[in-house]
Amino acid sequence: MDAPQTGEFAHIGKSVVIKGELSGSEDLYVDGNVEGNIELRNHSLTVGPNGNVKANVSAKAVVIQGKLDGTVIASDRVELRKSAVVTGDVTTQRIAIEEGAFLKGKVDIQKEAGKAAAPASS
Amino acid sequence: MKFFRSSSNQTAGPAVPQKLTRRSSGMGEISRLLNSQEALCVLDMGSTSANNIRFFTGKGHKNYSEDLLRSSLDPALRIQDSEGKSVLDSKKFLDENLVYANAQFDVVLCWNLPDYMEESLVKPTIDRLWSVMKPGGFLLAFFHTRDAGPDSTCYRYHVTGTDMLEMQEVKFAPPGRPASEKQSPRLQRVFNNRHIENLFRDFASIKFFLARDAIREVLVVR
Repeated sequence: MDAPQTGEFAHIGKSVVIKGELSGSEDLYVDGNVEGNIELRNHSLTVGPNGNVKANVSAKAVVIQGKLDGTVIASDRVELRKSAVVTGDVTTQRIAIEEGAFLKGKVDIQKEAGKAAAPASS
Repeated sequence: MKFFRSSSNQTAGPAVPQKLTRRSSGMGEISRLLNSQEALCVLDMGSTSANNIRFFTGKGHKNYSEDLLRSSLDPALRIQDSEGKSVLDSKKFLDENLVYANAQFDVVLCWNLPDYMEESLVKPTIDRLWSVMKPGGFLLAFFHTRDAGPDSTCYRYHVTGTDMLEMQEVKFAPPGRPASEKQSPRLQRVFNNRHIENLFRDFASIKFFLARDAIREVLVVR
């Protein structure tokens, strides 16, 4: 998933710098700098290739193409694209990591209630 | 009209990274440990692999990823020694990497890291690993048995079964260079048995497995 093309989403462009708490009830695309915490509950966060996020993140799905320092908690899935550089612990049900992605931290795969396996894919 | 292109008309597509497999006696021993105990702490020091995360977390263990070879390429680590030679600052490197509580890990997968890591970092890294491993913990490392030249391939290892590994060539772009300039890390040296024993002299025991592909597997117990 690259920059969202349709639907409701908030877009933080690459020249934008935000410090503080970010929360919302729509998908968020960050291609700028964010420092603080990001909470999206049932929505997705995409960190674009120019994105630099220093925050603890909580969302349904997290897709990372840029840089993220902080804890990631995704109730559904995490995707690390080839240009992703992630430093922090990741907790999710499913994780996909492209060749070239960098991850430094603990990965905790939580099994969904009623499902036996926690899929992860390269 | 042609419905299928003949092979002679095929154009070269994008290069697909070649994946090889190897049977690993060392991984087999570690799998026995993983299958016999619960909630072990595993540190994977190779390039990040979703396969490995699935393998370890699927068995109920905790997985930590830390790609030390890539971290060691950070140009900010470079200093000049007393002779003016450019070396990596091992103290700064260990201030920023392998920062864990003492005796945290039951299993450490070094893969071929020592063969490709710069000399000044190898011993300090192994010493740090001794500290963060639990007594009785297992460490697996691979070493070349002979000098295959600077083109010796550096692999990313994916665990695909109890004792099976898939090997995929690792390539990095030099720091500050575009991805199009990716290159495989260079083999830094060839350790002989005595070097390896010295490297792990603080550990309780060491076992060697010699494989057909000129790779010596070393299973070390903390």
